[in-house]
Amino acid sequence: MIEVQGVTKCYGDTVAVDDLTFDVRPGSVTGFLGPNGSGKSTTMRLIMGLDYPDSGSIRIDGRRFRDLSRPLNKVGALLEARAIHPGRSASNHLLALAAANGIKRSRVEEVLQLVGLEKVARKRAGKFSLGMGQRLGIAAALLGDPEVLLFDEPINGLDPEGILWVRNLLHHLAGEGRTIFVSSHLMSEMALTADHVIVIGKGRMIANSSMADFLARNSRQVVRVRTPESTRLRQAIDEMGATVRAGHDGALSVEGMTVEAVGDLAFRIGVPLHELSRSGASLEETFMNLTRDSLEYMDGSGLTSNGLRDGVPDKVVSP
Amino acid sequence: MTVSNQVLASGPSSAATHGDDPVETHGSRPSGHYSVVDVARAEWIKLVTVRSTTWSIVALVVVSTGIGSLVTMAKASQFSQHPYATGIGFDPTRLSLSGLLLGQFAIGVLGALFVTAEYSTGTIYATLAAVPRRHLVVIAKTVVFGLVAFAASEVTCFASFYAGQAILSGSAPYATLSSPGALRAVISGGLYLTALGLFALGIGYIVRHTAAAISIFVTILLVFPLILQALPTSYINAVGKFLPANIGLVLLSGSTPANSILMKHMFSPWVGFGILCAYAVVALVAGTLSMIVRDA
Repeated sequence: MIEVQGVTKCYGDTVAVDDLTFDVRPGSVTGFLGPNGSGKSTTMRLIMGLDYPDSGSIRIDGRRFRDLSRPLNKVGALLEARAIHPGRSASNHLLALAAANGIKRSRVEEVLQLVGLEKVARKRAGKFSLGMGQRLGIAAALLGDPEVLLFDEPINGLDPEGILWVRNLLHHLAGEGRTIFVSSHLMSEMALTADHVIVIGKGRMIANSSMADFLARNSRQVVRVRTPESTRLRQAIDEMGATVRAGHDGALSVEGMTVEAVGDLAFRIGVPLHELSRSGASLEETFMNLTRDSLEYMDGSGLTSNGLRDGVPDKVVSP
Repeated sequence: MTVSNQVLASGPSSAATHGDDPVETHGSRPSGHYSVVDVARAEWIKLVTVRSTTWSIVALVVVSTGIGSLVTMAKASQFSQHPYATGIGFDPTRLSLSGLLLGQFAIGVLGALFVTAEYSTGTIYATLAAVPRRHLVVIAKTVVFGLVAFAASEVTCFASFYAGQAILSGSAPYATLSSPGALRAVISGGLYLTALGLFALGIGYIVRHTAAAISIFVTILLVFPLILQALPTSYINAVGKFLPANIGLVLLSGSTPANSILMKHMFSPWVGFGILCAYAVVALVAGTLSMIVRDA
């Protein structure tokens, strides 16, 4: 269990993390989302005691990080892909870390095998690909068999097989009752991996809810329809109470109606259709809209408020 | 590739067996805490598993002994031609150790790199994730580096001494370890290098940057004495004796300031060494504080 309580961190004039409060609970994967530069890595560094918050407190199972008796046995972290001397072998890197916390040598072999690096364990880490570096970082995180695991952008540089592997690993670890906190700037990946989601933008909290809730509240369906008699159809749709917009190619984008309803309506008023499809903003697009100008969406309750951005209705992210 | 159940099946509960008991009493430090010995073991592994360590130590020994031998050879042939002129203040011990004036930069580089490489490579994050009580990292690094540097430095000094005296023995006065001041000079030469290395290590923690740390080290050793030469003699005498380079001059000499015109304004060897240690201690304490107070 990680408890972040009113944490603020500035670097010079830049506010990297702004009054964040959240808990990360055991037994599930908590996704930590935000665009690049939104403060995710800073938050992770603060949790790991690498940087000090200007205010607020962070506890891991009720204790400060620096008070943990054997930190690697409590918290494992993949923070930076290449947090290793390029001239040192993977195996020696892990042996040094293991020694620092009195972890037995055999565990080094175990984690190297677990991440699939046993064959290159004695090679200089400078020769590693980005993906191998990530695997080594994950091995280091798992070294102490910790209850709490932090992964900062773990799938960066991984091939599809590696991504699937990380996804399974995270689920497996959470299934064992561990606390898993994983950051990403990819909404679609998190939708597949995380049970719970925390979204930040410009260092401030935007959303903190279960993934299912988050998706339900933030996904929207758009129906794309093209007709030579768009004025009539528009009027009819307006009367139904749905939102309609003309696209640049003459097609209409309808929100608030299903594909079936739009088709039925067109049939009823006798308008010929040249195209009728479900387009739907991608999850990624929704996420970008949600975080683009984060401060406008703050309403204190944690989740986004209904709001118009620049007066354009398609930026409304909650129903 | 699938997650191996064998490795992870135990679940987080097994972590308790490593010593982190969640229900331990508050306040007192639990017995399962990692110790400075654990951290020192980690630092030892880090020191000996990179090539720069090997190269720095090879450079220290080879350059010191090699340059020392060359200088000694030149002096020896000079002496055989002009025994009287060269004979004044002739110090065979000092002569054989003259290569250390170059070798000292190798130990400085090793000390600085041992710290700054952690910062430039990001290893520091892994280190502090395992050892968040940061002063323990500095203590462990200092002890491990100090022991390695001392061993390498003494080997260097003894090798330089024996090589130099062997060269001199044919054609000029030479020293043995039982000659007055010779053993002291050889031993204190090793201590001089060790203290310089620790000084560089401390600088490394203060500036966290390889080039900056080495520049500062070289400036203090090489440039300060040059600047001093531009000042009036009274300043040279008053300030000069505090410079590490001049302290080294005394420490590497078989004769002592009391009976040498060249060094009469210098501190005696052990006082000088004390001051040199103070340099190292100040740098290390400042480095420790800087490490504890600042973000990693």
